[in-house]
Amino acid sequence: MKLHRPANRHLLLALALLVLPFVIDALFGHGWVRIADFALLYIMLALGLNIVVGYAGLLDLGYIAFFAVGAYTYALLGSPQFGLHWPMYVVLPLGALFACFFGVLLGAPTLRLRGDYLAIVTLGFGEIIRIFMNNLNAPVNITNGPQGISSIDPLHVGTFSFAGQHELFGIGFSSVHQHYYLFLAFTLLVAFVSLRLQHSRIGRAWMAIREDEVAANAMGINTRNIKLLAFAMGATFGGISGGLFAGFQGFVSPESFSLMESIMVLCMVVLGGMGNITGVVLGGVLLVVLPEVFRHGAGPLQQALFGKIVVDPESLRMLMFGLALILVMLWRPAGLWPSTQRRRELMPDESVAQQEQDTVYDSAK
Amino acid sequence: MMSFNKPALLLALCPIFLLAACGKTETSAPQAGDAAELVVKIGASAPLTGPQAHIGKDNEYGTRMAIEDANAKGLTIAGKKVRFELLSEDDQSDPKAATIVAQKLVDAKVNGVIGHLNSGTSIPAARIYSDNGIPQIAPSATAVAYTAQGYKTAFRVMANDAQQGKVLGEFASNKLGAKKIAVLDDRTAYGQGIADEFVKSAQASGAQIVAREYTTDKAVDFAAVLTSIKGKQPDLIFFGGMDPQGSPMVKQLRALGMKTQFMMGDGGYTPKFIDNAGGAAEGTYASLPGVPLDKMPSGRDFATRYEAQFKQPIQLYAPYCYDAVNVMIAAMQKADSAEPAKYLPLLGAVVHDGVTAKIAFDAKGDLKGGAVTLYQVRQAKWQAVETMGGAAP
Amino acid sequence: MDIFLQQLINGLVQGSVYALVALGYTMVYGILGLINFAHGEVVMVGAMVALTALQALLAAAFAPVLAVLFSLMLAVAACMALGYGIERIAYRPLRNAPRLAPLITAIGVSIVLQNLAMMIWGREYHAFPLPFNNGLHEMGGAIITDVQIVIVLVALVMMAGLMGVVHRTRMGRAMRAVAENPSAAALMGVDINRVISATFMLGSALAAVAGLMVSANYGIVHYYMGFMLGLKAFTAAVLGGIGNLRGAMLGGVLLGLIESLGAGYIGDLSGGFLGSHYQDVFAFFVLIAVLVLRPSGLLGERVAERA
Repeated sequence: MKLHRPANRHLLLALALLVLPFVIDALFGHGWVRIADFALLYIMLALGLNIVVGYAGLLDLGYIAFFAVGAYTYALLGSPQFGLHWPMYVVLPLGALFACFFGVLLGAPTLRLRGDYLAIVTLGFGEIIRIFMNNLNAPVNITNGPQGISSIDPLHVGTFSFAGQHELFGIGFSSVHQHYYLFLAFTLLVAFVSLRLQHSRIGRAWMAIREDEVAANAMGINTRNIKLLAFAMGATFGGISGGLFAGFQGFVSPESFSLMESIMVLCMVVLGGMGNITGVVLGGVLLVVLPEVFRHGAGPLQQALFGKIVVDPESLRMLMFGLALILVMLWRPAGLWPSTQRRRELMPDESVAQQEQDTVYDSAK
Repeated sequence: MMSFNKPALLLALCPIFLLAACGKTETSAPQAGDAAELVVKIGASAPLTGPQAHIGKDNEYGTRMAIEDANAKGLTIAGKKVRFELLSEDDQSDPKAATIVAQKLVDAKVNGVIGHLNSGTSIPAARIYSDNGIPQIAPSATAVAYTAQGYKTAFRVMANDAQQGKVLGEFASNKLGAKKIAVLDDRTAYGQGIADEFVKSAQASGAQIVAREYTTDKAVDFAAVLTSIKGKQPDLIFFGGMDPQGSPMVKQLRALGMKTQFMMGDGGYTPKFIDNAGGAAEGTYASLPGVPLDKMPSGRDFATRYEAQFKQPIQLYAPYCYDAVNVMIAAMQKADSAEPAKYLPLLGAVVHDGVTAKIAFDAKGDLKGGAVTLYQVRQAKWQAVETMGGAAP
Repeated sequence: MDIFLQQLINGLVQGSVYALVALGYTMVYGILGLINFAHGEVVMVGAMVALTALQALLAAAFAPVLAVLFSLMLAVAACMALGYGIERIAYRPLRNAPRLAPLITAIGVSIVLQNLAMMIWGREYHAFPLPFNNGLHEMGGAIITDVQIVIVLVALVMMAGLMGVVHRTRMGRAMRAVAENPSAAALMGVDINRVISATFMLGSALAAVAGLMVSANYGIVHYYMGFMLGLKAFTAAVLGGIGNLRGAMLGGVLLGLIESLGAGYIGDLSGGFLGSHYQDVFAFFVLIAVLVLRPSGLLGERVAERA
């Protein structure tokens, strides 16, 4: 078997992804497979945000709102809240559609805004969505307010429920394993669409806008539609991820959609490498898995070193996030794993970092 | 070149892991320990980091004390000496983390779970415990939705929002004679839940709700809403929320020149409320489910031992955790088995004299009766006023 | 009527604080074209330092007036150092970088400061000691406290002082020159780095004063207090026209009034459909409306659309 043939490498990667949950399960137990499930959900989110921030260069600080729209759509149409129990293959696309609608709703009035202004408006938008979800229990009860919606239907197709135990070829698949494969399929789909978009006309138009909007406009790109499309695509992916989250968790409440979550997803995109799918995936995995490692490692480690907990791991985790954001921006402005293709395109002899820095966003002042 | 080797290495390892995985599903892990001893694992979960870490730690202490007491008694189940083990996990008061923690406890084959602290974490975790048939007793989750999900495994040992709000509303209108009441809440699951139940109960007792205002759990400025309330001239203001908002709120209330009575739920019953509100705290009412500890013979003893062992006063819910563990153990003894499937059917029928109240469950798994005690700040101290509802000791 | 007057007072007091904090945002934006997201945390650090100093000084039996003045000076000094440090570490190396980069470091700085403060001062809410008796005064049925009077007066004095600095001193002229055209200013012999540092320090000093006033008014200090305050103050700066000092003051007071009248009356006006739970929505909605309809703010020049 020749390992350097791309087809073989893909096959290997596919095999590795398929057996991964069993490897994790054997080594660490079901709990960590569940963490892998969450990692996939976040990777989907990060890939969606990557379209808006990484490709089109529009900083969105309220991205979690679309996740929330997707999650609430699933929750409202598949729970005792309204007594509706629509099937997953109807509700998930509906959630994506609603999220897409909200993406356009946010995009349309903010087309003229750039950079930091856009950031603050999207932040406000994200908070408004959360506040509405938190308060729409009176005078008409829609979202059940801060109590959230519980007893949400598990993800299921026909009689096959992803939450149940199933057996195939003598191998037992428990709920977390089945969700892993479902989420993996969606993540691969999102990654595939992102990849194809990146090299399409649309993807190049996004990058043209990112580099220089005025020039892009002059070259005949319809910047308005292309920017709206970026918002819509990003929001759609967020909506899908949100719907899966609601079905997986069985419970949604507004506290899961705070500003901090938006910032977390942004961190994944920025730290991993804006505009580069592999980098974004890396960022997602790191930011979901590292806190768990911290949770289990930082406490006992301090206990061993100092004999007591000096700094509580939770604040240490947030401190690390903050520091990582600053340091990565200062030393690797294009992220930990920037696009190698771009690196090759741009003069290989010059300092790559400087090049990345100059071209990642509109450096025109 | 690394990228070539990693998948290859993984591939080489895969058969081993697959074997390991299959092997695991085929054979069930034997119980550790020698034949004469039965190890019973009790899972516990609360936020041990984050803003509520001190309350979460308090819960863990309460659970731990109950387990140490049980071990000291040397109980036997099915002819074997029992050793109880505590598995304490941190759920960060985050619903997502709570499901991960629940999964880990299930993986660890716990015999029962005491947790979680918040309703927002107890509700999603309940589905996982229910799927795996593990009994869960929530010591301090008060949202009605927790037991309303219909899981047979979910119980709680504290009066829920409906029970507590009902008692508070009746007390305000019947005992304090408030005819016009203004209600505020902080838009959290707890604050909104208890405030809504308060409104229902106060209206049923004949009081009129003249204002329904809102704030957030991060706010410090309440001048605008309090001024608006001032215009309605209520006899009493009820706030559904926690002490960080309650104390500046009562201060600003007095700074607006209002002498109106101020009342909170158990979120206000903390020493910190009095520290932060200073003189303005005087006369404030707050509630706490259960009977005052010093009224229960075992309660006074519990408080002294807790303080001696953990070098701190009881923060809030430790006694409820202590009761929760003991109820669970009582059911195990009755069934003469620590197997979840065996003792779960008996858990609902247990009647236990706890340190907070006499504990028995109704059909949903809620606390039957649900006594609630009202306290008032007098001379900068919380003093018990009256215990209402439920079966008095 | 007395209720309406009371709401006006509430709005004015709140607005004065917003205005003071908004000045810090607007000064930095005017000169660098950068949103200093970490400015709210500077306010928080000011409040925390003042709290610690005040506790220590009162415990050492200082005269109350001296204790307050000393702790204010300490807080101002600490915040100026902090402002200088933030600029040096997080913004200066990125001055020629793409615009997104300093924004993300700013978010990073904000998270770091919050968590450092949490480690140093703890998670709990601290009571802020008031060494004076906070007297109540009645004006036409409305009540105003001593501290609130002081807040409005101090805000007015600080703003007047700032206008004086910017329009009457050499440093102020240099600031305006840098804001107009940095390279031209550099050619004229202005030390740009010094001017920018001075701007950050001046803004941070105002933030420290605001921090002390907020904590004295509410009597409570918390590591999270700066975030929402900063966001509101930024909204105020944008409302008035970011980069414009008078605009920041106008925006601050306006936002304070909008919030207090909104929270106070919207419930009654909309028949209970909207209520005070949408208080924060008003602030964000005003922000979005202003940015979309009039991106330059009420008093600003057209800066929002520059590439």
